[in-house]
Amino acid sequence: MLAQVESASIVLHHARWVRISHWLLSVSVLTLAFTGFVILMAHPRLYWGEAGNDLTAALLELPISRNFEHGGWEKRSRFFEKADGPISASRTFDIFNQNGWGRSLHFLAAWCLVIPGLIYLLLGIFRGHFRRHILPQTRELAPMSVLRDLSDHLRLRIRSATGGPQYSLLQKLAYTFVVFVAAPLMVVTGLTMSPAVTASVPFLLQLFGGYQSARTIHFFSFVALVLFVVVHVAMVVKSGFKRQIRAITVGE
Amino acid sequence: MKTRLITRRRAIVTGLASIGGLLLTRYPKDLPPTYGNLLRMGDTLTYAAHRALLPGQSLVKEYTEHDITSFPATGTTDPGVSEKTALGEEYRRFHAGGFADWRLPVEGRVSTPRTFSLAELKRLQSRSQITRHTCEEGWTAIGQWHGVPLSLVLDAAGILPTARFVMLYSYDDWIDSIDLLDALHPQTILAYGMNGRDLPIQHGAPVRLRVERQMGYKSMKYLKRIVVADEFDDGGKKGNIQNGWAWYTGI
Repeated sequence: MLAQVESASIVLHHARWVRISHWLLSVSVLTLAFTGFVILMAHPRLYWGEAGNDLTAALLELPISRNFEHGGWEKRSRFFEKADGPISASRTFDIFNQNGWGRSLHFLAAWCLVIPGLIYLLLGIFRGHFRRHILPQTRELAPMSVLRDLSDHLRLRIRSATGGPQYSLLQKLAYTFVVFVAAPLMVVTGLTMSPAVTASVPFLLQLFGGYQSARTIHFFSFVALVLFVVVHVAMVVKSGFKRQIRAITVGE
Repeated sequence: MKTRLITRRRAIVTGLASIGGLLLTRYPKDLPPTYGNLLRMGDTLTYAAHRALLPGQSLVKEYTEHDITSFPATGTTDPGVSEKTALGEEYRRFHAGGFADWRLPVEGRVSTPRTFSLAELKRLQSRSQITRHTCEEGWTAIGQWHGVPLSLVLDAAGILPTARFVMLYSYDDWIDSIDLLDALHPQTILAYGMNGRDLPIQHGAPVRLRVERQMGYKSMKYLKRIVVADEFDDGGKKGNIQNGWAWYTGI
């Protein structure tokens, strides 16, 4: 078994489990991104802390649906005597809300990310994939080689496709960031938005500074992942689209 | 090759199988139907996973009075205005009379079906909690709720051993249900007070449910009737599932 893996790595094609994981995870990530955006459209306001709603100040409001800065609040009343205290108001505005299917599809896709994702992580560790191909080697992190790879990328001098996991330094850093930082952060901030999960694991709310903070971090991790996908696809095209697609599907 | 009694592979497989066996005993036997719908299958997977993996009765975080925030009223904000039926008419009458004539029947699979007036509910042991309302839309609000634990009301009627779900009917003509784990949860209350006053009309007067480990829409406003049931019932056209929404929303 081990000998097989070693000999495969000499030719350096993408292993079959890597190719299968790549596409399974791609489909779930794209579905998560799409449904996540639909869910955000229902309430395109971001906050910090535990609570935030249309009657409190937002950190950021995004013009992505007709719910952006919508009015339609009537019967405003104060809960307490204090003039600047919390208020209640009834909504009369008919909001955009497709969360019925949006949320359920988001969570279905999340299962399709978490289960294959965990298998991918285990295989990546035990088959030495992360050590050999994904994590940068110490010698690669020498200032000169970092600068060289950076300047190559900035001048769009992209190596042509090899059809296997011989990654450049910036490429390794990008994959390391996605696999070990952005994706886990996405899952954990997502779980922090589950009232049933945080009832059992209240530490999650402490970790992120509250429900709305976790939601805001969830959004910015999404932005980072979308940027990654855009650059990733651009690099695939630039380095030889046909060769790369063959390599990650049939394994060539 | 030397044969070993315990190999790494065998240890992993046996370990996983025994964890699986332990979890299966916690897997809920009564699952909501999926209608062959992929989305509902995902919801059911989440429900089963929560019930199998999360400890049964852990409490949600409670906040202090300083944490109370503004609180939007969404969905139905007055059934007396929005319901153009006998139901709306009835609600208007109760509203005009300060809800003195409002009654909450607790029936179905119970040993002694009961009917509670608002005053009777208030005489039962009460519980006050400052919790976060989490709306499926994405907003949250913190409020103080005062009411009677649903478990006390169910105890007073005596739920039968075969009971599995608690169904709720509302004056805005909605039907929903929760499983017994949520129904008997210490923070699941029938709230008649909010932020130190009587529950306002916009927030579900005279009595609403608070089920704190699920999304806001499970905390039904304007309660009309409680029915204990042996089997799952989706509430038909007045229930979440047939309106395209998840039944379990702990996520």
